[in-house]
Amino acid sequence: MRYEAPLTTPEAVELLASAKGRVHVLAGGTDLIVRMKGGFIEPDVVVDIKRIKDMHVIRKSAAGISIGAATSCGAMGKHSVLKKAWPGVVEAANLIGSDQVQGRCTMAGNLCNASPAADSVPALIAAGAQVLIVGPRGERRLPVEKLATGPGKTSLKKGELVTAIELPPRKVRSADAYLRFTPRTEMDIAVVSAAVNLTIDRKNVITDARVALGAVAIKAIRVPAAEKALIGNTLNEETLAAVAKACSAACKPIDDKRGTVEYRTRVAGVLAKRAAQAAWTRAGGKA
Amino acid sequence: MTNLVNTNINGDAVGFACEADETLLDALRNRVGLKGVKEGCGTGDCGACSVILDGTLVCSCLVLGMEVEGRTVETVEGLSNGAELHTLQSKFIEHAALQCGICTPGFLMAAKALLKNNPDPSEEEIRYALAGNLCRCTGYDKIVRAVQATAAELREA
Ligand SMILES: Cc1cc2nc3c(=O)[nH]c(=O)nc-3n(C[C@H](O)[C@H](O)[C@H](O)COP(=O)(O)OP(=O)(O)OC[C@H]3O[C@@H](n4cnc5c(N)ncnc54)[C@H](O)[C@@H]3O)c2cc1C
Ligand code: FES
Ligand code: FES
Repeated sequence: MRYEAPLTTPEAVELLASAKGRVHVLAGGTDLIVRMKGGFIEPDVVVDIKRIKDMHVIRKSAAGISIGAATSCGAMGKHSVLKKAWPGVVEAANLIGSDQVQGRCTMAGNLCNASPAADSVPALIAAGAQVLIVGPRGERRLPVEKLATGPGKTSLKKGELVTAIELPPRKVRSADAYLRFTPRTEMDIAVVSAAVNLTIDRKNVITDARVALGAVAIKAIRVPAAEKALIGNTLNEETLAAVAKACSAACKPIDDKRGTVEYRTRVAGVLAKRAAQAAWTRAGGKA
Repeated sequence: MTNLVNTNINGDAVGFACEADETLLDALRNRVGLKGVKEGCGTGDCGACSVILDGTLVCSCLVLGMEVEGRTVETVEGLSNGAELHTLQSKFIEHAALQCGICTPGFLMAAKALLKNNPDPSEEEIRYALAGNLCRCTGYDKIVRAVQATAAELREA
């Protein structure tokens, strides 16, 4: 194996595009190195992106907030501007692993690893985030939900890498929230997770909403029916019941010892309700 | 392919040879001879291999040796000044916060990282900060007490 640590994005693209054999981007390594050591993958070249300064920058502009692909989730949790604008995205990123893992893991790695239970992915989908991708043919942007195509698979082409995750500008009276269910409180993989991002008007009517679920299908999914149930209503019992019903209906989960199909389907509805409630309260909603 | 890595470990400039796919854990133990870093799992779950890399707590089993070129690494061997134990170490002994001891270097480094950022942590904050470190012997309570006692003493100092 060859280890490369380029200092610029064009150099990284060049290395990825020209590498012979199996080539992998290395961000925090909390998935990649585990898989290498477990013998699941044997890369010929590993391209470490952490020496590229731009990849560590969190930048706020009129277009929203851009998070460099090598930014650790721990660093996100220390960024007050980001936390204030996107509390749900940050709480999802901060749920990944222990402090040791937080110091290394990235949201871009979480997205590109393409696990159906990846914690930051539902929150990013609900946020309407995009990934900025750079490759031999230049730059392109993709909604986050289009990056993973199935477990362990992404739509990235040879030579391409994610350089940043872009969150839209935060509207007034608007907030997000993420909740997951795990048997343990720390260091566990989501059995079900739910993210809600919503905007309300002065009369507490929801004017915009995005809802996403994790760990209930081959990849994180958006739930348009739950969004429809929220938009145009305030957050009362009836609205919440409709959200829960729509989320349960959208589930196609696996059945395993950590959660049966029935259980995951039911809990998805409950978590979505609670996430909607949390986002609503953060947005300043009053019953 | 063997490569030469130049880095700073516990305040000393150190160079070591290292394979591209070798972890920092293996390089520290087998190339540098620092056996304080332990391998419990090799998959990021147990924290026995915890070291502080450029001020951040990490699992050395999930870092490649070559990544630390030009960086600073702190391991348990750097805690004591040679003459006296670090307060964390004496408090661990005083509170019987170790039995077999394999988890101890990792706990010490995790506790050191915690107290640097938060000199007065609550019990809950300590338990969350140490959630990435597993101990099969002590039942954790004594470890938490030792960290609380260290925090109290360091605040007075
Ligand atoms: C102990 C432990 C606990 C964990 N707990 C959780 C948890 O609670 N929730 C959770 O969701 N995950 C968890 N994980 C999994 C992992 O930490 C996350 O998926 C993490 O976000 C991966 O990020 P990384 O930067 O470490 O990725 P890496 O391991 O560096 O990369 C992962 C994959 O993505 C590719 N990649 C990385 N960055 C890019 C990029 N910029 N462009 C293109 N491809 C890229 C890599 O080539 C690799 O295939 C845990 C892992 C461990 C070891
Ligand atoms: S050996 Fe590194 S976390 Fe267990
Ligand atoms: S003292 Fe034995 S594992 Fe902790």
